[in-house]
Formats: sequence, structure tokens, C-alpha cells
Amino acid sequence: MNVSNVVGTRTSNSISAQTPPIQAWHQFLAGSWINEINVRDFIQKNYSPYEGDGDFLAGISDRTQQLWHQVTELMQQERERGILDTDDRLPTGITAHAPGYIDHRLEQIVGLQTDKPLKRAIMPLGGIRVVKKSLEAYGYQLAPQTLEIFTKYRKTHNDGVFDAYTSEMKRARHSGIITGLPDAYGRGRIIGDYRRVALYGCDRLILDKQQQLQSLELDTLDEAVIGQREEIAEQIRALQELKQMAEAYGCDIGTPAATAQEAVQWTYFGYLGAIKEQNGAAMSLGRVSTFLDIYIQRDLANGTLSELDAQELIDQFVMKLRMVRFLRAPAYNQLFSGDPVWVTESIGGIGLDGRPLVTKTSFRCLQTLYNLGPAPEPNLTVLWSEQLPRAFKQFCAKVSKDTSSIQYENDDLMRSEYGDDYGIACCVSAMPIGKQMQFFGARVNLAKALLYAINGGKDEKSGEQVAPAYAPVTGDWLNYDEVMVKFDILMSWLAKLYVNTLNVIHYMHDKYCYERLEMALHDRDVYRTMACGIAGLSVVADSLSAIKYGQVKVIRNDSGLAVDYKVYGDYPAFGNNDQRVDEIASDLVKRFMNHIRQHKTYRNAVPTQSILTITSNVVYGKKTGSTPDGRKAGAPFAPGANPMHGRDTKGAIAACESVAQLPYQHAQDGISYTFSIVPDALGKSEDAQVDNLVGLLDGYFHNTGQHINVNVLNRETLLDAIDHPEKYPQLTIRVSGYAVNFIKLTREQQMDVVNRTFHSRF
Amino acid sequence: MLTPALTSPLTTTGRIHSVETCGTVDGPGIRYVVFTQGCPLRCLYCHNPDCRTVEGGREVTAAEIMADILRYRAYLEASHGGVTVTGGEPLMQPEFVAELLRCCQAAGLHTALDTSGFSDLGAAQQVLPHTDLVLLDIKSFDRDLYQRVTHVSQEPTLRLANYLKEIQKPAWIRFVLVPGLTDPENNVEGLAQFVSTLTNVEWVEVLPFHQMGAYKWEALGYDYRLKDTTPPSQEQIKHVKALFQQYGLNVR
Repeated sequence: MNVSNVVGTRTSNSISAQTPPIQAWHQFLAGSWINEINVRDFIQKNYSPYEGDGDFLAGISDRTQQLWHQVTELMQQERERGILDTDDRLPTGITAHAPGYIDHRLEQIVGLQTDKPLKRAIMPLGGIRVVKKSLEAYGYQLAPQTLEIFTKYRKTHNDGVFDAYTSEMKRARHSGIITGLPDAYGRGRIIGDYRRVALYGCDRLILDKQQQLQSLELDTLDEAVIGQREEIAEQIRALQELKQMAEAYGCDIGTPAATAQEAVQWTYFGYLGAIKEQNGAAMSLGRVSTFLDIYIQRDLANGTLSELDAQELIDQFVMKLRMVRFLRAPAYNQLFSGDPVWVTESIGGIGLDGRPLVTKTSFRCLQTLYNLGPAPEPNLTVLWSEQLPRAFKQFCAKVSKDTSSIQYENDDLMRSEYGDDYGIACCVSAMPIGKQMQFFGARVNLAKALLYAINGGKDEKSGEQVAPAYAPVTGDWLNYDEVMVKFDILMSWLAKLYVNTLNVIHYMHDKYCYERLEMALHDRDVYRTMACGIAGLSVVADSLSAIKYGQVKVIRNDSGLAVDYKVYGDYPAFGNNDQRVDEIASDLVKRFMNHIRQHKTYRNAVPTQSILTITSNVVYGKKTGSTPDGRKAGAPFAPGANPMHGRDTKGAIAACESVAQLPYQHAQDGISYTFSIVPDALGKSEDAQVDNLVGLLDGYFHNTGQHINVNVLNRETLLDAIDHPEKYPQLTIRVSGYAVNFIKLTREQQMDVVNRTFHSRF
Repeated sequence: MLTPALTSPLTTTGRIHSVETCGTVDGPGIRYVVFTQGCPLRCLYCHNPDCRTVEGGREVTAAEIMADILRYRAYLEASHGGVTVTGGEPLMQPEFVAELLRCCQAAGLHTALDTSGFSDLGAAQQVLPHTDLVLLDIKSFDRDLYQRVTHVSQEPTLRLANYLKEIQKPAWIRFVLVPGLTDPENNVEGLAQFVSTLTNVEWVEVLPFHQMGAYKWEALGYDYRLKDTTPPSQEQIKHVKALFQQYGLNVR
């Protein structure tokens, strides 16, 4: 280490902008991060890669144990009542509520969304109707005055959207061909760089934003610049409020964090401000563990922190992340079951210089799954590389095997695209932290689109003409070429309508429900993507395969609508590493993406798409008629990019391969695969199970798979949990892109999970 | 100049029942498992009775299977796994199996042969040069019991076991523990004693009997005589493992 470059040991030119040298940065190696907001540079200059195993880890502290006991009791009451408590009057905001505590004397990390633990806030800017309905669903009434304010004096995002929606958009939304749209709730999938609060303190961040504002004093103020100036002014206000919020907890976050405790606390305050302000569909955390490790290492080296203390900080931080709550309508829960908030934390990965970004705090984060037990949140996501240290890989595999709470994403694939300081928003969406955001676009139901193509644009359930009246298929037998021509026309229409719909939504979201604080923790000019998505990929691929390689007879109702199909002969099904059908699936992904690329997007966002359903595969299936693959009306789709249940018969890695071969360049918002295997099928001994899981992940990612959820479970456990939920308060399983507490799923969703392919042959 | 091995069209055909792409219990690591069709044994506890007849299954070429195997190379290599041929009885089709395993080895993949040993030594000698590991199932040590369990003679199996020792071929011995059938103390001890003389044996694997094949017997309309047999208890398994351990063997 070059001593002259260590912050605080002597005055150097590089820190002349900051006089006196900032005491909080004492012992840190200087770099461009001193003069500009650049957390990545700080990490690269200061982190200590760790190649060892988990033997150093500490268990749970007494204080944490007591605290967690109190929290689990509150969560128990919450489960019984639906929600524990909610505000019914005060619109949320960073400083809206007085400080809240669980048990102040035990809390090393403080801060709650409202004045009481698990008490939900109301967030009317997304839409007042949803707030009202959500409150009523749980037996509360929205205060009349609040209702009046947000109907008479202040417009909401939801109202704006419906002012601008066309009748065609409303029809498509109603029929469910475009679905899950963030038009009545916060769009989410924006990750503030919460680490900036700890590294720089709010004062410096405000100063930086003021300079940005100044940089936009241009000769011509066009609409884009005016908009940006207003947004930055709002960001500054949000940072000031954040400072006030922390002050109420007795912390001055105007200045940088000086200790590990402060670094965790400041980072959490940044995140807390965001979740007080926004009820986003996914409120992800980013990539904080290796950043925090730098502070922890410094304190450990200085003898002011022990390993038990360090683990306590992470445990208590994670405990707070497990307590994030939003008031949501029961209908939302049908789509995204189990109250998820996607506090996604990305762990590991490899740096651009080849050093692993694994630190001891990467281990400490995963250790929370032992200390506090398994849990769906935070959504712990390991950025996997073949180059990760072997001991870390094995530790991850062991935690997966023991808790089924981790998802894995391909760092080797994404690093070249996003660098080495990206995080995952929600489930599978990669974005460089503080530099990129997305306009979340939910998804279209591709299976329904195929049925529309066959029915000339009519909905197969209602008979309503939703798409323009194209010529339907009239023959009794489906012909592959004919269907493909019609399907392509239908997709072209759908892509246009879809992008326009998203443009409306995000225009209004920026206007009425702007994420002030999250965007305050971004650079001035962010890269925006328009994150489209498709659901039902394997249903459609199998349907087309059945049409091409088998014979499919159309069954029509009295009014001539195709409502069912009879499949004759075998056809290759997606999930068996069979090129005949896997190529159809890859073509679908590319084809729809290319249709999307044809259209102009709001704020010139770069279009992308995901293959992701979350738990909504059940609801989408319910709303979709019988399909030519033999799936019956109402039956669930497979989640994400998964093969259809039970059709992947060639074993676990054949299924992995089919998914891995889907083209990431045409699905850059992510390809979700959920993999469930019984423990015995992974190997005979625990060591063999761990090593085989490591091998499986290495192989899958080597072959360019992007994402995999790993569940190591017996079906019997799930069946028992359905009957005796009280025995499994923390049973966690991975579903498409996130994890859920199994007992919080609806019965239908539970059965869907149970019926999925469990790789169990051995 | 290409060697004949590489230019040969790999046209040898074989009959297979199926393949499993993610085997983890038939040899080390993740394994591509080929189940050959046809077996001369009629084990009472057989869990793949659908692999018995030589007429069933489908005909494939070694080249065809090889092409499929190579698509999983990343998984097999990353897990230090490989390819296992099991069945059925692979040694009923020595040319096919030899060719397949030879190609696997040429491609740098670890190979394992899972066999009952019931074949003439000549067939085994064709396959063994291309085999890195033999999983030898010894169904019973007591000769009469062996006959009763499998309906064939024990002799070829023991002959192969001794031959593997002679050529020092790495082997794992597998023994299926069926309560009330293969579990007599003297049967297990006899086997343990015999195996302890085989210096090439790395592991003894005690495989607990299970009922997962029962539905196949029913579907095939065969008379399944172990319908009411329950899998061994943890204590029973532990006890049998301890018997092997007494003879200094690595057991799992």
C-alpha cells in the first residue's frame, strides 16, 4: 500500500477539495472516489478479497436473539390478522412518521418505515383507489380528509394513466393479454446507491446535486432539461428530508459514516428513506456487503469490533430488511404472492481486474440464514462466476441445500455488459448501481397472443374482439406455417400496443410518483431501459412444437371460437435439450424482442425484455384458455422460463440446458429458471450434494444460463406444510425470481409448487 | 493423419432404455447415465424391471449418444463427474458399450461401468480398457441366496471381482440391503470378508432397498414378490455398514 495515498495520514492534493481531510475516511486508500461520487472506485481501492471458508463466522448474539424473538412474535400476529397495523390517514413520506423502534435497548441498527414495527404506511401517490381498497380489505377506512386531498387537490399516478390510456389499451389490460402493469402501484425496480449515504454523507451528496443543477443552466431550456432540473431539485429536497429523518433517530448523516456500525446504519437509512417514500413493486438494496466489509475490516483491525459484533450488525440490518412492509391489495397478492418486496442484495461476483468481490461480509450476509433462520427477504442473490473461490461456492451450495433461500445469477455473462458494480433489481434485472434504472413493464401473455392469432384477434374466453380483426384459422387442423404467419402479425400488433402502454405509465409515474430519493442516489444522467417481458414461453414453444411435430385438431364452440385442442402423436417438449423445440423457444424470444425494438420509447429508454412470471404464472394460466400443447384452460403456466410441469423428462441438467440456451442478448432483463431437486438426488453424502450442486451451477453458467433459483426440498415437506403451517413458520422456497414464505402462498399456488417438476430420479 | 479410432463412423448400435442427464448416485460427481436394455438377471428387488427384455428400448448408435453426452460436458467436468453405463446389464452389449466408453475417454470424460458381473470374462475384457471405474453389484455372497435373489449363478460375478483385482481396476462394490432377504449376518460378513481381499476396491456402497420401482412391476404385469417388504431402518443400515467397516473397508 502506498502510504502517501492513504486518506488522513497526510494532506494530499487529491483531497484538497475536502479540508480538513475527512476523519471518517482515515486509513482508506484514496482514489478518484475522493473528488467525485464514485463508490465503485472506493470499493476497488479498499476491499479485501477473502478466499477462505466460513469457519470464522459467529453465531447470533444474545441481543439479536432477543430482538428476533420479539419480531417473530409480531410476525406471527401479522400472519393471523393479515396485517398487523396500518396508518389510515397520513400519506407517507421520508419524514412523515415519528421514529419507530422494536426494542430500543436491543437495537444496534435502528429505523422503521412508520412509528411502529410492521405497521404499514399509505402511499397515495401511486393511486388513491388502491390505498382505499387495500385498507378496506383489512377492515380499515381511509380518513375522509386524505381521500379528499388525493381526489380533489392532488392527482395520482393511477389517475394520470387512466386519463391517457386508449380504449385498446384498456381492452388489452382487461383481457389480460398485457398484464401486471404498474399503473396502480409503484413501478419499483430502481436501486438507489444507498452506499453513497455512508461513504459521503448527505451534505456532500446535496452539494453534488446542486452542482448538477448548475450544470444545467443552459442557453436553451427545452422540455427535457426543464424536467431534469425539476427532478434534481426534488432529489435535493429528498436528501434534506433524509437527513432530518436520521436526526430524529439521533444520527447526523450529513457527514460520512466513521465506523462499521455507522456505515451499516447510514446505508440502511438511505434504503429506509426510499421505502418510506415509495411502494415499488421491487425495492432492491443493490450490492452493499463488500462495501460494508471495508468498514468492518477497518474496525476489526483497529480492535474496536469483534467478529460477533460484526455479525450482529449484519444480522440486525437483515432483520430490518425482513420487516419491510407495504400496504397492498389482495389482488396484488394473487399476482405476487407472499408479500414480497424484493429487497434484493447481490453478493459476490468477480471484479474487472479478476479479483473476486467475495469478502468475509459476503459470508456474513449468507450466515444470517442460519442465525435468523431461512427467509425470503432480503432476496439474497449470488453473482456466480466459475472464478469464484471454491470455498465460497461450497458455502453457498451448503446454504442453498439447508435453506432453499438463495438465487444465483451469471456474473460471467453480465459482467461484460454491466461491469463489476451492478446489482439485481427485483429478480433478474441487472443494472449498474447508481447509473442505470429501468421502466418496469411487467409482461405480455404470449400464450394468449397465440390463441388470439388462431381466433383472429378475439379473446378465447370472452369472445371479445381485443386485437384488430385478423383472419382466423378456419381449418380443423393447425398448420405450422399458417399459424406462424398469423402469430407474427399478432405479435407485431401486441408489441406496439405494449410499448405505447408502458410509455403512458412511465410518463405519468415520473410526473406524479417520482422516486425522489432513489434517483437522488443516482448520477445526473442515467441510462434507462424499458423492461418488457413475456409470460408463457414454454406453453407457446410446446404448442408450436405440437403443431409442427404432432397433429393438433381445433375444437370450436357454437360461435366458431377455437376453445380447445386435441393433440395427436408425440412432440418434443421444451426442457429436454431437444433442438427441435428449443429453437422454437429461442426464436420466439428473439422475434418478440425484435417487434418491441421497432417502437419509440418514453425518454428514449432502451428496450429489453425478461422471461419472468414471479408467482403470477398461476393467475395468467387461470385467465388463459386451452392451448395447442394440450394444456387445459385455466391450468397454470410454468413459472418464468421453466419447462412445463412434468414435461422435462430427461433429467435435471437437460432442463437446465434448454433454459441456458435461450438467447440472453434478446432477453437482457433476465431469464428466470426455478429448479427444484430432492436432496437425495444431489448425491448420497452432504459433501457430495454440495459438490454436485457447485458442479451443476458451474456447468449451467458456463453454458450461459443467466439465472437459477435452487430449491433442495422433499415434496413431502411441502405437503406437510400445507396441512400444518404452524410447524413451518420459516419454510422458504424459491419461486420465479424471488423467495417466499411457503405458508403465505394461496392454496392454489402451494399446489402449483407441489406439482412442479422435482428432479428426483437417481 | 487421423487415427482409425477417430475416423471410424461409430456405427455400432446398441439398445438402450433411456438416459438420465443428472445422475449423482452412480459414480463420482454429476453423471450422464445410460441405461442399457436387456438383463439376464431376474432380481426379486429389481427397480428397473422395464430394462429386462432385450427386445425393448430403442436402438441407438454410439455416435448418437456421444453427441448428446458432449452437450453436457460443462456439467460433467465441473462436478468431476462423467459417464456411467448401467442397465439392464451393459455387458450384454460389449461392443456398443466399449465403443461408447472409448469415445468418452477420448473426449476426456471419466467413465464408469455399473454391472452385476454376470457375463463371460471376454465381454468384460472388451469394455474394461475403456472403463475408469467399475461399480460391481454383488447381490449376495451366499451362493444359494444369490441364486434365489437373481435366478442366476454367482460364479461369473466373483470371477470378475477377482479379475478386477488382478488388473487393479478401481472398483466400488455395491450391495443392496433388503430386509428379510439379503440381510442375514453371515451373508453380509461373508461378502465383507471377500471384499476385504480385493485391494482395488475404493468403496463399498450399501444401497437400501426402496419401493420406487414397484409401480413398474405392476405396469408390466410381473409378479412382484417384495410388495410388502419395507425399506431397511436407519439402524439396520448402520449395522450392516459397521459389519463392512469391521473388515477395514470404506463404506457409505
